[in-house]
Amino acid sequence: MSTEATSAGTGRAMVLVIHRELCLSFRRPEQLLQPLVFFLIVTTLFPLGLSLQLSMLRDMAPGVLWVAALLASLLSLDSLFKSDADDGTLEQLALSGQSLTAIVIAKTFAHWLVSGAALVLVSPVVAMALGIPATAFGTMLFSLGLGTITLSWLGAIGAGLTVGLRRGNVLLSLIVLPLAIPLLIFGAGATDRAVSGTSAAGALYFLASLCVFTCTLAPFAATTALRITLE
Amino acid sequence: MSSAVDGLCVEKVHVWRGERHVLKGVSLELRPRELLQVTGPNGTGKTTLLRVASGLLRPEQGSVAWLGKPISSVRSDYQCALAYAAHEPALKADLTALENLHFMVGLKRRVALPELRAELERTGVAGCADLPVRVLSAGQRRRVVMARVLAARAALWLLDEPFTNLDTSGSELLTSLLAEHVNGGGLALVVAHHELKLAAALRRLELAG
Repeated sequence: MSTEATSAGTGRAMVLVIHRELCLSFRRPEQLLQPLVFFLIVTTLFPLGLSLQLSMLRDMAPGVLWVAALLASLLSLDSLFKSDADDGTLEQLALSGQSLTAIVIAKTFAHWLVSGAALVLVSPVVAMALGIPATAFGTMLFSLGLGTITLSWLGAIGAGLTVGLRRGNVLLSLIVLPLAIPLLIFGAGATDRAVSGTSAAGALYFLASLCVFTCTLAPFAATTALRITLE
Repeated sequence: MSSAVDGLCVEKVHVWRGERHVLKGVSLELRPRELLQVTGPNGTGKTTLLRVASGLLRPEQGSVAWLGKPISSVRSDYQCALAYAAHEPALKADLTALENLHFMVGLKRRVALPELRAELERTGVAGCADLPVRVLSAGQRRRVVMARVLAARAALWLLDEPFTNLDTSGSELLTSLLAEHVNGGGLALVVAHHELKLAAALRRLELAG
């Protein structure tokens, strides 16, 4: 029997996973667009429902932006491992000879690219509609970037835990949203300070540390959760 | 340790599913050039046994060894040496058959597209290579899965009901592929109700309820 079946490199495997995830996302653009459209609609509803005074709107804008971003990211989290678990791909991934942690990292990164990063890219449009001054955009984009990465990782743990359940998406929200509270506080705080023209460094440091914290520990937690589901 | 150091050795495996004692001390040995067919009524743990053998499911008691070493200690090597085809085809409906193969086989080893096309040709679905899997019939999907198993170039095949949905010619093809694999020095653990007509060393393991 041929023995050429030696494991391909971990890096190459991760690139392969990312490539496949992006392929799958772009073959189903509606899945890609839904969270973004949701984000745009929710944030445009606020100015319509509230007073039209720009100063008041501007005060609320960071909070509105962050809550909407949080909910929009939740929409796409459910699909992170679900379809792979349903059609048996997850079992194949677990038996692929590659570290499951590496595969989970690649999958979550690809998920962030099509959900979190896309959200960050459209956020200036929303911010303009809410009256956030252009000077605050830098801080806002940076904080949203850190925030969505953290959220993707919190979501990966939740998705890994709930993937075997029939109505996992509600439970997923119940698991992830409480964990996202610090994110909301510091994220909206940073944007708020940038809007009012004071230094947002403190809040950004907190966001960055949360981001590093989840990036280092969540891959292992999510992998363990998936392994439990596989058994 | 058991005598089957050159193959797969499952020893006195016990698995509980909640309150149900699914596998009650099942043992099996599989050496190169051997095919073991697992049969038995529904719900007697055939798929569970295959999942235990693959390492997906850790048994509560007992051990699984590959080349004389517990599979947990040689996980990566073992996974590269095995090709597992579960009941679900594990194909993405939005990707073409070729893309599906390229991804799954690519995780195990470096593989070129022409080689994958050749495997699809062997299993009789060369014409479906560039079609999205969603338009393929259940039998065609099975054949794509067989192409994946072939392309993995694995020593050990773990196949769960591989004859499901296959037509007569498909069953004959699969039988001849199994014979070729086993005669070439491979090992195969197959869950099937189908009567296997093989000249190769075929043994049966009957699981009872």
